Amino acid sequence: MSVLVYVEQVDGKFKKSVFEAVSYAKSIADQQSTNLTAISIGNVDESELKTLGQYGASKVLNVSNEQLQHFVNQAYASVITEAAKKENADIIVLSNSFSGKGLAPRIAVKLKAGLVDGATELPKIDGGKFTVKKSAFSGKAFATVEISSAIKVIALNPNAFGVKESGAEAVIETFSPEVKSTDLAAIVKEIVRATNKVSLPDAEIVVSGGRGLKGPENWGMIEELANLLGAATACSKPVSDADWRPHSEHVGQTGIAISPNLYIAIGISGAIQHLAGVSSSKVIVVINKDPEAPFFKVADYGIVGDAFEIVPKLIEALKAHKG
Amino acid sequence: MKILVCISNVPDTTTKITFTSNNTQFNTAGVQFIVNPYDEIALSRAIELCEGGKGTVTVINVGESQTDPTIRKALAIGADDAVRINAAPRDAYFTAYQIAEYAKTTEFDMILCGRESIDYNGSQVAAMIGEFLDIPSVSIIKKLDYDGSTATIEREIEGGKEVITISGKFVASCSEGTAEPKIPNMRGIMSARTKPLITAEAKDIEAVTKVQEFETPAPRGAVKLVPAEETAKLIDLLHQEAKVI
Ligand SMILES: Cc1cc2nc3c(=O)[nH]c(=O)nc-3n(C[C@H](O)[C@H](O)[C@H](O)COP(=O)(O)OP(=O)(O)OC[C@H]3O[C@@H](n4cnc5c(N)ncnc54)[C@H](O)[C@@H]3O)c2cc1C
Ligand SMILES: Nc1ncnc2c1ncn2[C@@H]1O[C@H](COP(=O)(O)O)[C@@H](O)[C@H]1O
Repeated sequence: MSVLVYVEQVDGKFKKSVFEAVSYAKSIADQQSTNLTAISIGNVDESELKTLGQYGASKVLNVSNEQLQHFVNQAYASVITEAAKKENADIIVLSNSFSGKGLAPRIAVKLKAGLVDGATELPKIDGGKFTVKKSAFSGKAFATVEISSAIKVIALNPNAFGVKESGAEAVIETFSPEVKSTDLAAIVKEIVRATNKVSLPDAEIVVSGGRGLKGPENWGMIEELANLLGAATACSKPVSDADWRPHSEHVGQTGIAISPNLYIAIGISGAIQHLAGVSSSKVIVVINKDPEAPFFKVADYGIVGDAFEIVPKLIEALKAHKG
Repeated sequence: MKILVCISNVPDTTTKITFTSNNTQFNTAGVQFIVNPYDEIALSRAIELCEGGKGTVTVINVGESQTDPTIRKALAIGADDAVRINAAPRDAYFTAYQIAEYAKTTEFDMILCGRESIDYNGSQVAAMIGEFLDIPSVSIIKKLDYDGSTATIEREIEGGKEVITISGKFVASCSEGTAEPKIPNMRGIMSARTKPLITAEAKDIEAVTKVQEFETPAPRGAVKLVPAEETAKLIDLLHQEAKVI
């Protein structure tokens, strides 16, 4: 028995959400008194792979097969499954990222394993029952789910667990499983990634704008505030529906569900569908000119006022704060 | 061309979520059920791809007879026919297996799902169907074109997008951008009543997960209001009190 964690690389680097997944998997390995192995697929330098040791991986399987440079979930799922068999792993952990969502279910089927997607806490083992808590109903509730299969797959929500350093040394081992050509039927043609922006699903701070901002031309101040905070930008559904902002920024029940440390909602009324996707944020700040806006009911801090006056003042205050 | 669209029956987005039986069951009393909003997007794109006699759209639901009104709604939007696999969906593994087994008995070019069902938020079913059928799957797509044999798909990635091509059968889970959701018109609603809706028996397979208990998030304390004239104070509070900046 052992725990296996898949560490997703982006351009040869690991993001914070990966270190979180490794820290989480390490805590599970400790719970089970067993070892943690990580598996990395694609071109990653030895020095970057070594960093996984700090978070508790005692071994890293490094797959750098030419055919696997781009993420193809079918092929990656086969490789991770082979690794799980080789390591005799009975718990497999991934980040609940966009790629993780396409990968975890395929691994689960290959291993006849139950999957909990969007885990928010460490598993509990009680009277032989293995349960994991996850968010459900778009953040309106949590569900504690029992996994009854011998092998278990868990996809951890970003920002749910935090990073814990445990400072082990990681041994790096080359792993070269056979890749079936039928697993490579999907062909990646192009990857477009804005490198200068914080990505929304795993951002620690999110600045979000709603219809109260009147039009796309007014987003300059939202972006400036976000830049100063190292935050990602988001928006309400009508804003992306009107093409003021891209769909990828739309948060809520039918958009992305997020749980940053700080969510700043500007000119957003706080409709139930919007709240669904953001209410698990740790701290919520609302700026709205209407004191009756429902968003204030779920906010930690608020300012009743005109965004066009408040936001520039906030920007000034932040600049002063930063010195 | 034939497209299968998987639809799930979910509580309306305005539903206040409560539970019964010691927090083990979702309380359906007074709840309005709808076609999962993402599945409407998948269905709408399927209908667009089949327009002009290029193909047919079959919707599939794993559910018991109370989901029939939701299936009729999908027919009203424009699906040609429907199949209900007669079983309560026990978990994603069970549900995906039923859909995959049904797919093995019929011709199809692609299977479209929604990115996730808004109740349990699994994002699992689409990729599981792909694995059960051993065909490619792409999760969380925002664009889908099809030339009769090759699909060109854009999928969401953190901070950007990825463009993928697939020749041959595949499964995809659709999110916003893939299509504008279609609204049923009068003719659609009338014809939905007479479109074929067949039921199929479920296959035997164990579920591998089960919800033990639900809970609702702890309510937040009262909001701390900062006067508009003292905006700078908010930054201090976020720094010193909340410790988030
Ligand atoms: C099936 C379904 C799914 C949905 N899913 C989502 C979802 O995922 N996400 C989502 O966001 N919505 C969703 N919605 C839409 C949701 O119901 C609301 O319509 C939407 O969230 C409102 O967006 P808003 O707050 O930006 O706009 P509005 O409701 O118009 O609110 C604008 C706010 O700005 C304030 N304001 C105006 N001017 C100023 C100013 N100068 N300064 C400060 N404040 C100002 C106003 O007081 C008001 O509160 C969904 C709806 C449906 C039916
Ligand atoms: N009971 C069901 N019947 C048919 N399709 C379903 C069912 N449950 C989920 N799906 C499909 O799978 C998608 C993802 O669901 P989930 O994995 O539950 O988040 C949904 O958007 C539907 O397209």
